[in-house]
Amino acid sequence: MTDYELIEKKASKRKKIVKAVTYILLSVWGVMVLFPFYWMILSSIKSYSSYNAEYVPKFYATSPTIQNYVDAFTAVPLAGYFTNTIIFTVITTAVMLVVTVLAAFAFSRLEFRGKNLAFTAFLSLMMIPNELVIITNFQTITNLGMRNTFAGLILPSITSVFYIYLLKENFESIPDELYKAAKVDGTSDLKYLLKVMVPICRPTIITIVILKVIECWNSYVWPRLITDDANYFLVSNGIQEIRENGFGRENIPAMMAAVVVISVPLIIIFLIFHKKIMAGVSRGGTKG
Amino acid sequence: MKKSNNLKAWLYLLPAIAFLGFFMVYPLIDVIIYSFEEGYNSASQTFFGYGGYNFSYVLHDTYFLQAVKNTFILVLVTVPLSTGIALLISLGLNSIKKLKNFFQTVFFLPYVTNTLAVGLVFMILFKKTAYTDGMVNLLINFFGGPSVDFIEGPYWAKMFVMCFYTIWIVLPFKILILTSALASVNENYYKAAKVDGASSFTIFRKITLPMISPMIFYLVITGFIGAFKAYSDEVALFGTDLNAAGMNTIVGYVYDMLYGTGGGYPSYASAAALILFAIVMTITVINLLVSRKNVHY
Repeated sequence: MTDYELIEKKASKRKKIVKAVTYILLSVWGVMVLFPFYWMILSSIKSYSSYNAEYVPKFYATSPTIQNYVDAFTAVPLAGYFTNTIIFTVITTAVMLVVTVLAAFAFSRLEFRGKNLAFTAFLSLMMIPNELVIITNFQTITNLGMRNTFAGLILPSITSVFYIYLLKENFESIPDELYKAAKVDGTSDLKYLLKVMVPICRPTIITIVILKVIECWNSYVWPRLITDDANYFLVSNGIQEIRENGFGRENIPAMMAAVVVISVPLIIIFLIFHKKIMAGVSRGGTKG
Repeated sequence: MKKSNNLKAWLYLLPAIAFLGFFMVYPLIDVIIYSFEEGYNSASQTFFGYGGYNFSYVLHDTYFLQAVKNTFILVLVTVPLSTGIALLISLGLNSIKKLKNFFQTVFFLPYVTNTLAVGLVFMILFKKTAYTDGMVNLLINFFGGPSVDFIEGPYWAKMFVMCFYTIWIVLPFKILILTSALASVNENYYKAAKVDGASSFTIFRKITLPMISPMIFYLVITGFIGAFKAYSDEVALFGTDLNAAGMNTIVGYVYDMLYGTGGGYPSYASAAALILFAIVMTITVINLLVSRKNVHY
């Protein structure tokens, strides 16, 4: 064997080791990510007595049961929390979409006095943290008597400057000629917006919708401030309520069943749309 | 024609302006006024006069100082660690072909989960109860260590869980951003460097790092801002009474002042929120100044 071959062989061996180590480390993190999910499903199918009997928890369920899921829906109003969250999410997202599309259209296609100034003002609003404005919003909604109503939950959660910005950029990428042609044909602005621009920008709109749905499903702070009546709790508040008052404190399997039920819808959406969601988030979504 | 166009444009903008004006601009002005109103009474909506007392009250409140301490530890631990780990994972992801998509999808999963729900799972994994020491303690025992109650035990243990969970939650976003930044580095640079016989560490330091530095910097800034606003993750782990657990954050302090058992003090809440805003702004400006020197655009 020549020196050259030896060096070659050594290099390829090193490469293989590096690759193996990479896969092992990635798998370790993969396990760290998946383990909590595995654990919540596992605990949720263990019976109350067997869960508490295991000082050293088993990694499998000896006699799986769905009793905890039955408890989750009967002993606490989980179905109610669920319905509330769906109502909240659907209305908030729908209204947000209308507001965003209209504003993005005005900024991208219409010419009017004060446009640049207005847009700059919009953009500067992106810097304002939610924590700062939530105090007055809490007072406002309380004074309007809208605590424990859907209106109180939804109204302050609607606008997002970032989505207006995202959609405006996308609208602007549509060639001007289309708009002029439509104008010549006598198409109204609104019709042009709905029949041409919205369909062309469907991917961006879907991204915005998905991001907003995730945001709504996970929102905790505002709903907590504005609702103290369990009939209006969203899932996040519901889970907190279950933790502090539901099931009797130690019924962890039933809690885990509730956790699974709450987590599943988003995970399903994620598994279906993971490419879209990841692309959308990398374009500038931030958590929270 | 021109005039009607003007009107029409503002009509399209009207909903957005109405919502933003009412729920963002007005509150912003109002919160500043609130913070200077002394002795505000929520029930009667009256106050004594204007002054800086609210700020001085907040700054002398032990709960607030505890919250500031917790928040700063959280920020200083999680931002560098999570960015570093995310960079390592992204480099790993970028160097493989098989299973890359699978790993990417799995790693992103925490992003779409409900913080409160998964936080409960973490609590159970770390908590020591009468029935069991919990999964994590059993692991520690296996390596010969003693059990610790991570949820109601010593301060450092609670801080550890808090940082661990925060990193777990923020990593998906960082990995995603860094992986796409790494993938967008032009292959030709690497080829040229290899021809010149550069070692892989040199390539990383001289090519990869400068090329992705704007994205790293972006993550550091958003990471700081996000970590300073930590709140829900703490509630998920330690329950709603964070002051009792000694694990409150600045944002948590704001909300506790506003509402709940110790609530009804919007003036103190406003003052605390403005102090937080000032801290975040200062840190962001410092970050921007540092980046001027070190980031290659």
